[in-house]
Amino acid sequence: MAQDWPLWEVFVRSRGGLSHRHVGSVHAPDPEIALRHARDTYTRRMEGISLWVVPSAQIVASDPADDAAMFDPAADKVYRHPTFYSIPDDVTHI
Amino acid sequence: MASLPPIDLPPGATGAGAFDAQAAETDGGVLFDHLLRLGDDSLILGQRLGEWTGHAPSVEVDLSLANIALDLIGQATHFLNYAGEIEGKGRDGDALAFHRDVLDFRNCWLVEQPNGDFAQTMARQLLFSTWQKSLFEALKGSADRTISAVAEKAVKEVSYHQELAAEWVIRLGDGTDESRRRMQDGLDWMWRFVPELFDMDEATAFLAARGIGADVAALRADYDRRIDAVLAEATLDRPRDQRPILGGRRGHHSEHLGHLLCTMQFLPRTYPDATW
Amino acid sequence: MYTTELSKTTNVASTEDPDKLAAFEARVAADEFIEPKDWMPEAYRRTLTRQISQHAHSEIVGMLPEGNWITRAPSLRRKAILLAKVQDEAGHGLYLYSAAETLGTSREQMIEALHSGKAKYSTIFNYPTLTWADIGAIGWLVDGAAIMNQVPLQRTSYGPYARAMVRVCKEESFHQRQGYEIMMAMCAGTADQKRMAQDALNRWWWPSLMMFGPPDADSPNTAQSMRWRIKRETNDELRQKFVDITVPQAAALGLSIPDPALRWNEAKGGHDYGDVDWEEFYAVVRGEGPVAKERIKARRDAWEEGAWVRDAAAAYAAKRNRKAEAA
Repeated sequence: MAQDWPLWEVFVRSRGGLSHRHVGSVHAPDPEIALRHARDTYTRRMEGISLWVVPSAQIVASDPADDAAMFDPAADKVYRHPTFYSIPDDVTHI
Repeated sequence: MASLPPIDLPPGATGAGAFDAQAAETDGGVLFDHLLRLGDDSLILGQRLGEWTGHAPSVEVDLSLANIALDLIGQATHFLNYAGEIEGKGRDGDALAFHRDVLDFRNCWLVEQPNGDFAQTMARQLLFSTWQKSLFEALKGSADRTISAVAEKAVKEVSYHQELAAEWVIRLGDGTDESRRRMQDGLDWMWRFVPELFDMDEATAFLAARGIGADVAALRADYDRRIDAVLAEATLDRPRDQRPILGGRRGHHSEHLGHLLCTMQFLPRTYPDATW
Repeated sequence: MYTTELSKTTNVASTEDPDKLAAFEARVAADEFIEPKDWMPEAYRRTLTRQISQHAHSEIVGMLPEGNWITRAPSLRRKAILLAKVQDEAGHGLYLYSAAETLGTSREQMIEALHSGKAKYSTIFNYPTLTWADIGAIGWLVDGAAIMNQVPLQRTSYGPYARAMVRVCKEESFHQRQGYEIMMAMCAGTADQKRMAQDALNRWWWPSLMMFGPPDADSPNTAQSMRWRIKRETNDELRQKFVDITVPQAAALGLSIPDPALRWNEAKGGHDYGDVDWEEFYAVVRGEGPVAKERIKARRDAWEEGAWVRDAAAAYAAKRNRKAEAA
């Protein structure tokens, strides 16, 4: 047997105050080694201060075929945005 | 660990006939010698790990081993450059790394051992990094400010090396029958070189007494605890104690070191006038 | 490291749903990115899988010629730099395998294709590194050619590939400079060093030109690849650019490029250069390069000798999972 290890998705927080961002993946046999591999692969140039690894098989993604049903209905809800409302210029702090 | 006692010499004896005899003279002073020990340990192990590049069991492991090697080469550069300053004869880290022969190298036997398979490499890494971590923890308080500054930085690197090696020893020990056998063989091979790490020779005692070096003998109990904990989790047997092999700190090495130096020093030796 | 795109004619339209295909082509033409779960024509998936995996293999095999000198680097500084560079190549191989895996082929399958000789990698790595100057020449020429190929791929149409290339390009910016710095030191050095430097340029020059792939006339897929933004400029355009940039760099080193036909052509605003020996190129593509067997053997050995390690870690993980489930 000469198999490869399972795939993990890697997320890096580049500095305090920012959220973790997906950067790529690594192969690893288990969570601890996955973290080591993620560290040794994706943070060699001070790219991060925190790491997440998630088994790729555990990621649930939306289907691009459903894009229209998933995301288009948000398009006409303009009243969710502050620019929808007109307030006279001389009214301030609002 | 309860290994066999090191070979004790009566005070002042030159130890004629003993392989690990105290050297008759040292040429650069005791601090210089101490810095060579620190620098050479890191240099030689870094060189060994560099041999893995492109040949590791997975691409990810290749990256891990290269990271460790890079940390070690960095440490060696600091220590050897400083050794050159202390010596005051115009030699820098490169001169010391590339223009000394076996008798003038001060690294321990453990780091010059061949890589063998991945299990042997990880056995060497665990046994060395666990020691080096305690050593640098102690050297953070060194009265020598350069040593303490390097130790302060390096201890973080070495903690990572130790953790990574421990994780691998555990996985190989408690993995398959084959990996367990290889891991046990790797440990058995390296075990006789462990006592040298804790050998309190005259120079070590001298510097420890002045707060410059570490009291390495005092690090041993903690070391044993840490190694035992890893071996227990790895379901590995602690190797039987063997006769300690000493001598590296006095320039008496295994046959492996000469070959390693042949490769490492080939260019600067062949073209002594060249700048690279 | 760039992958040599080899001519394989692909028939796109025949089996695909014409509406989906039209929508796909429109998205690509509008400079949109295609993401893993999006619909894509099979030919696009196949071509990309081939190109990205060849690119990944090139990074991994490319570690070997330079790795050959890590233990012999002539100073502590050079040793650290070379280690870091070869390590980057491992990282780049990994990013690229990751990108290719999103297209539905596992890394294991790709590695097996490499080891069986089915998958190709850049021909340049089938030449040996004989002296330290080769490390300089590889950084200067081979990475220089690679950067030229890779920079436009940061805007390639496939999202994961484009993102991997952004990372690769950012990290690779030091690779070419360190190579040129080695060459500068050698060319300012002793007669022995200069001899090594000139010899390295002599040996690496033509294989570097071959890295851009066959002439446009012999690259049947170029038009399609450019439409799909898998490729942004033609082989000959990139090759010309490379020659024009490199000639003054060689002059600054005091080295001569081994091409008697090389001369400035005022009318075209670029250099004319001699004919590349494409027979040599195709021989190396077929696996007949001077050290091709050594390269593949080294990769196979690493994989096979590492099998027990990968198995052990997998067995350990399985044991632990069983224990966790039982608890």
